[in-house]
Amino acid sequence: MSTVNIKINGTDYEVPAGSTILEAARLANIDIPTLCYLKDVNEIGACRMCVVEVKGARTLVTACVYPVNEGMEVFTNTPKVIASRRRNLQLLLSNHDRKCLSCVRSGNCELQQLCREYGIEDEAFYDGERPHYELDDSAPHMIRDNNKCILCRRCSAVCEKVQGIGVIGPNERGFATNIGSAFNMGLGSTSCVSCGQCINVCPTGALYEKDHTQQIFDAIADPEKIVIVQSAPSVRAGLGEEFGLPIGTGVEGKMAAAMRRLGFDKVFDTNFSADLTIMEEANELLDRVNNGGVLPLITSCSPGWIKYCEHYHPDMLDHISTCKSPQQMMGAVIKTYYAEKNNIDPKKIVSVSIMPCTAKKFEIGRPDQSAAGVPDVDIAITTRELARMIKKQGIDFLNLPDEKFDDPLGRSTGAAVIFGATGGVMEAALRTAYFALTNTELEGDAINFKQVRGTDGIKEATINVNGMDINIAVASGLKNANEILRRVKSGEANYHFIEIMCCPGGCVNGGGQPQQPASVRNFVDIKALRAKALYDYDEAYELRRSHNNPDIQKLYDEYFEKPNSHKAHEILHTSYVKRTVNGN
Amino acid sequence: MYRSQVLICGGTGCTSSGSKVLIDTLKEELKKNDLDKEIEIVVTGCHGLCEKGPIVIVQPDNIFYSNVKKEDIPLIVSEHLLKGRVVTSLVYEEMVTDNGLKPLRDTNFYKHQTRVALRNCGVINPESIDEYIGTGGYEALGKVLTEMTPDEVIQVVLDSGLRGRGGAGFPTGLKWKFASGNRGNVQKYVCCNADEGDPGAFMDRSVLEGDPHAVLEAMAIAGYAIGADQGYIYVRAEYPIAVARLEIALKQAREYGLLGKDIFGTGFNFDIELRLGSGAFVCGEETALMTSIEGNRGEPRPRPPFPAVKGLFESPTILNNVETYANIAQIILKGADWFASMGTEKSKGTKVFALGGKITNTGLVEIPMGTPLRTVIEDIGGGVPNGKKFKAVQTGGPSGGCIPAEHIDIPIDYENLASIGSIVGSGGMIVMDEDNCMVDIAKFFLEFTCDESCGKCTPCRVGTKRMLEILEKITSGKGTLEDIDKLEELAAFIKDNALCGLGQTAPNPILSTLKFFRDEYIAHVVDKKCPAGVCKDLLQYKIVADKCKGCTLCAKNCPANAITGTVKEPHVIDPDKCIKCGVCMSNCKFGAIVKE
Repeated sequence: MSTVNIKINGTDYEVPAGSTILEAARLANIDIPTLCYLKDVNEIGACRMCVVEVKGARTLVTACVYPVNEGMEVFTNTPKVIASRRRNLQLLLSNHDRKCLSCVRSGNCELQQLCREYGIEDEAFYDGERPHYELDDSAPHMIRDNNKCILCRRCSAVCEKVQGIGVIGPNERGFATNIGSAFNMGLGSTSCVSCGQCINVCPTGALYEKDHTQQIFDAIADPEKIVIVQSAPSVRAGLGEEFGLPIGTGVEGKMAAAMRRLGFDKVFDTNFSADLTIMEEANELLDRVNNGGVLPLITSCSPGWIKYCEHYHPDMLDHISTCKSPQQMMGAVIKTYYAEKNNIDPKKIVSVSIMPCTAKKFEIGRPDQSAAGVPDVDIAITTRELARMIKKQGIDFLNLPDEKFDDPLGRSTGAAVIFGATGGVMEAALRTAYFALTNTELEGDAINFKQVRGTDGIKEATINVNGMDINIAVASGLKNANEILRRVKSGEANYHFIEIMCCPGGCVNGGGQPQQPASVRNFVDIKALRAKALYDYDEAYELRRSHNNPDIQKLYDEYFEKPNSHKAHEILHTSYVKRTVNGN
Repeated sequence: MYRSQVLICGGTGCTSSGSKVLIDTLKEELKKNDLDKEIEIVVTGCHGLCEKGPIVIVQPDNIFYSNVKKEDIPLIVSEHLLKGRVVTSLVYEEMVTDNGLKPLRDTNFYKHQTRVALRNCGVINPESIDEYIGTGGYEALGKVLTEMTPDEVIQVVLDSGLRGRGGAGFPTGLKWKFASGNRGNVQKYVCCNADEGDPGAFMDRSVLEGDPHAVLEAMAIAGYAIGADQGYIYVRAEYPIAVARLEIALKQAREYGLLGKDIFGTGFNFDIELRLGSGAFVCGEETALMTSIEGNRGEPRPRPPFPAVKGLFESPTILNNVETYANIAQIILKGADWFASMGTEKSKGTKVFALGGKITNTGLVEIPMGTPLRTVIEDIGGGVPNGKKFKAVQTGGPSGGCIPAEHIDIPIDYENLASIGSIVGSGGMIVMDEDNCMVDIAKFFLEFTCDESCGKCTPCRVGTKRMLEILEKITSGKGTLEDIDKLEELAAFIKDNALCGLGQTAPNPILSTLKFFRDEYIAHVVDKKCPAGVCKDLLQYKIVADKCKGCTLCAKNCPANAITGTVKEPHVIDPDKCIKCGVCMSNCKFGAIVKE
């Protein structure tokens, strides 16, 4: 690797050629503040927070995008630089509603943090005209509050460049510039897929999920209701961050304990229905392969991906597995099997899910998701909302004991817990498909399908099972999904089975997971760290193949008879609708 | 063959003062007099002297008729064209002397000018490629393709000392050189910036309307020099005549094989497409312009990478301004030394300026670099009209600054203007007299840049708005001395921190007026007075009782019913009702109304 010699604040450094000043300074352990910069996603030099002095330059330059060159002399903290950053913050504040006390992001707001660091005492110094924007609450999953927007454009960049959708972007110009949808339509009228990636990257409280925690508190307080909760695999890999634990700390036991202390009547694990999904989906795949069904088969766990396909590739809907997502399967099983078995009127059950995902808030309202005549899931909340509930109830999370989920829908396998990482569903399905095709189990390291692991956006492999080549592909992030579909449509690739997850890296990086500031995102691969927590659980679990889960076996014996049975189809499968790009 | 040609200006200025009607009337008159086979009507581009439009020139006599009206046409036909007698009463007054007519080139307006970029404007029919070729057009392209290597072309442009005429003054040859590597192996583009947007500037418009082929030829030369086969002209949709003439010129050039494949049989391919801009000022900034051509929201992007490395569609690109291109063919034909012989040490050649504001001869002038400002204002421009005193000239549009009267002898070039806080810019010159309030002028330009900010970077998006609010506070009499400090600090901050040239230069009108006219700012905030009597909130109209005859005219005309009084008695203005429109003052025949 070639390097260049530069001086930062008077000290000599040798840094990789092609680095930006920001990256070079990081290597020199000098932190330069940023707001708009998101590595590889939003490199537009717009907010001007990262300005530094470069000897010989006519103006200050933005460290985030300015490349280093041989002999460059950089000054990151001169009085001029500091004064510029302060003025910049004051200007941003002059057009910000500054309602920090009630803001959902208070405490982890990047703007607030910088104002504190730079000692902005006179926050009203440049006050003048400040437009008032109506909240956009038209989407099922989130709220946009432009009164808190600082126009960093991280949201629109992630929407357009990562997800390939671009339903939000700058409208108007100059001081009137505001982020919104085309023609100021509400987000709910667009082809937004509810992925929530925009929320994850928002540095302020301008974008946030619709909070449904009060409904849960109300349900728990209602003696007539039986409130049953499930929580998704990825929640246990993210929740700890809300309580100050390092990224990638698994908190499964404390999470179960916390949910119990919140007052839920039953604490179930979406892992269980992930195992159930594998039973249904692996058998659907084998059925399609053996009986000339539509191939490739594409997974259906990710509601953001489903909505994307409905809007942008409605001709591909026959390829999507008819299996409900694990969230919906769990809800359906609770209100049918579990309700019948325990003689409970399903109407009395409030089915709650904790998800790393905002699209789940959309999914619970989809048609054909009411196996018992009432919605399979009544309330879906995010990892962030769960943390908020725990804090509100004064539960000392970090000192909770590790507890187990409740039976009978609480037992699961390692195949299920890796659903949260890109490639996880594929790996879980392969473990079970292998057994179905060979009647023998994968043993030793063979159970780990390393080809489909890792955070690459697109992974392809051919797996030989019993002399049969299975071509597989795994994509996460919708731009990558689009590329995979292009390869399928063009005939360039001949896959049998495709796993697609809406969010880059899969659900561990879902739109409902704890927000990490750009200063972390730009230098740490959050999704890889969280995924590792899940793979560690997989290794640690007693059972690692979905078909080995005794409670799953029992469920089939007692209720569904066999995978893809008529009853399974009625309760565990669903259908899709064709949508258009410009409408919902 | 025609025995005579009548040139009628079809530039935007003369078109709006009625030259279209003249063309129609002249056609009819010629037909009526059976002269339509003998005399040709040529619709030309701009002559520069827009103040005197519409302009009609009779050739080969070289008689320049100014302010011609429809009713004058029959006289010109019957007297001049039929009988050969010049209609002296209609001739541009500067040409008329006691000893007969003096040549146009000896008039004050023209005698200080050297027309290089504008050489064909007003001379040829811009819609005829044959007329362009007739004046040596496309010879330069032929020369470079058949006699010169691309590197030699770049060397000539370098040696000429030509610098970008769009505003920044970057050496054109250097720009070409940076983009010249790896010829033939990578896609490259040649772009033309015809998104002229400075208020009051219309030099590029005139070149496009008057001599469009000069731009096409130069772009092809640039394409050969850097190894590009595709050009784009980004032109404002608000320039309909320019767009129409460019389209005609492109069609003709393709028909003649001067654009397209295998030009002059040399194997060189080059074609040009037009892209119409919707009038966003920021799209004149090079990276925003290219972003707009790409089909995206016109916003600048950080540099580096510079366009020569990564420009349009991420390919190496050169972008030059219309006027810059208009010099290229002449430099190739006449040589670098010829061009470099004009101008000053670091600023070579000529520069076109658009004269406007409080000046007798509003119009377009092309002068050698180094010409003193005084020559432009007093000789060419004819000075400030109505006996008013020259106060300052604003150069470079919203990015420029104000040059006060004390610097009127400064020779105009890039370095000199920069040294006193202004810029050559694209060449706008707005002249101001004693009735102009300098704070108000700064506010005018700030309103423009604030409105035209793209909204991408914080300093420009919010900062220009806050500066404008402070200026509004000052001009409405609510400002404090602290506001002036705040304004100055903010201006310096934006200059250092904004993303692109628009933002970085937006504070210039404020900084330069603060530098030269700080006392006016202080008068606004301390004395609560506008010395020039412009800022309405600081004005009061009063009736001087001694002079008022009680004619009631003012009261009758006051739209706010703010004036009361009985006939033949002095009237009074109620300051609470007065909206300061000035109607009373302009109606008063006795000079009894004053504003203070």
